[in-house]
Amino acid sequence: MSSVAQPAAVPIRLSVVRWVGFRTIVIREYGRIIRIWGQTIVPSVVTAVLYFAIFGSLIGRRVGSMGGFDYKQYIAPGLIMMSVITNSYGNVVASFFGAKFGKHVEELLVSPLPNWVIVGGYAAGGLVRGLLVGAAVTVVSLVFTHLHVHHLLVVLMALLLTSLTFALAGFLNALFAKNFDQVNWIPAFVLTQLTYFGGVFYSVSLLPPWARSLSYANPILYMVNAFRFGFLGVSDVDVGGAFALMAAAALVLYVLAVGLMNRGTGIRE
Amino acid sequence: MNALSVRGLTKTYGNGVEALRGIDLDVERGDFFALLGPNGAGKTTLIGIITSLVNKTGGTASVFGHDIDRELEAAKACIGVVPQEINFNMFETPFTIVVNQAGFYGIPRTVARERAEKYLRQLQLWERRNSMSRGLSGGMKRRLMIARALMHEPRLLILDEPTAGVDIEIRRSMWDFLREINARGTTIILTTHYLEEAETLCRNIAIINGGRIVERDRMSSLLRRLHVETFVFNLRTPLAVAPALPGYVTTLIDDHTLEVEVSKEENLNDIFARLSALGIEVLSMRNKVNRLEEIFMRLVEGRGAHGEPVREGSAQPAATPRTRARVGTPS
Repeated sequence: MSSVAQPAAVPIRLSVVRWVGFRTIVIREYGRIIRIWGQTIVPSVVTAVLYFAIFGSLIGRRVGSMGGFDYKQYIAPGLIMMSVITNSYGNVVASFFGAKFGKHVEELLVSPLPNWVIVGGYAAGGLVRGLLVGAAVTVVSLVFTHLHVHHLLVVLMALLLTSLTFALAGFLNALFAKNFDQVNWIPAFVLTQLTYFGGVFYSVSLLPPWARSLSYANPILYMVNAFRFGFLGVSDVDVGGAFALMAAAALVLYVLAVGLMNRGTGIRE
Repeated sequence: MNALSVRGLTKTYGNGVEALRGIDLDVERGDFFALLGPNGAGKTTLIGIITSLVNKTGGTASVFGHDIDRELEAAKACIGVVPQEINFNMFETPFTIVVNQAGFYGIPRTVARERAEKYLRQLQLWERRNSMSRGLSGGMKRRLMIARALMHEPRLLILDEPTAGVDIEIRRSMWDFLREINARGTTIILTTHYLEEAETLCRNIAIINGGRIVERDRMSSLLRRLHVETFVFNLRTPLAVAPALPGYVTTLIDDHTLEVEVSKEENLNDIFARLSALGIEVLSMRNKVNRLEEIFMRLVEGRGAHGEPVREGSAQPAATPRTRARVGTPS
């Protein structure tokens, strides 16, 4: 071991630190997603193939059309969105809780990065995985059905806001989680139920009035329908309202996550 | 401007434990500073507050003039920290770990890659740069944490037991490395349980116990204040009982090993003369423990560097000396 460190003499530029730090978190998350692609990408692709094979090809033939479209075409946007939701959420909750559990979250906490950058970096990591998996499931969908894009901007915005919202929700889950059971609890007992009842496989117009009213309390319904509108041009909800809801949810979750980080909830004694 | 300045720092944990009870501490720029204390004394809590891993209850702290309440980002940019526990991602490679860490401090990736090579080579980790970190040996993991802490070339390097579990050869090469870093102007704060390490490396020292600083001095001044040292003599011929040496406390450990407590006013020539007069031949001699360890034990046991009691919350020895008890003195 020989010669070295020069103490930093130049004044630091915080804007540069923040930008480079943000990029580094995103690059690290991307590296993690690619390194363990068998856990991060493949399962959603396999699940999508099963859904299309069973619900689309076998059962879908008997269902006929839904909302004026072939059943496989109708469920394709919902299945893409379902994979985006679970992967955006799962990426952040697993990565940030893993960092807490392995203590390497301290690498970030001792660095000069403010919490709003750290939360933003992890959310962007969730977004990256959501988009990667969403793209992979879209390719699977194209194998089974024809997808026509009705409004590209709506598709992209719905994808972006939904992914961001659930990435931030995953971050909050990871902040509060004290063990791996608490990491799995929300995806297993809340997310799955909301997704299945969120209009992925059916139009809420088929439901009795009480069930339809209840469905409107499910935020995933708005996300799936806004996304479906981008492809098919049909929706069970007001698309403008759906975007307002998604934007508001993402903002509230972001502010909440940064606030909790500033207080040290789940990360500092 | 001091590298670190702490005033009235307190920390009470949620369970009511008072880890810090009003710490005042200054570490000069360029210093190699030892922060010692027994387990649970508050060292890691103090470091945790400075590096923002622990929320403080009260008081202030600043790093190179940047107050951690008002200019936290600027303060943290000055600090590199090597924690006590391994805290890198075991599923990443050393190269990735250090390059990412540089990124968290705003170092562009091209510069970070160059520095990664420089520090991984200097810490003898370059050959393992692409191995999974969990496969590194204990010493390698410690060195990786040092390399990681140096990536942004901090002005203040805080090392919390950096050589724990490291073999003596690697430890000594790490000492040389740290000396060089310090010689180039980086302020270093070291906590360690190897008191020889602190004595060898550090110029100034604070001893913390029960959440308070109980001693703060130059290392050389503190060592000079050691009133009594215990020497161990290996004898050529066996003894049945400890010889009576008037003015000295002697203990026969076994028939060939004699311990003698020597106060500052006495000298070794006198002991050798007395032993020779009794026909006792000494083959070799050593300190029972190193000098800093002797002082450290006295301070944390509340006896002060001279064996006197220490006032609670005082960094100075109490004024009234008391006689040390003789334990196990057969003569």
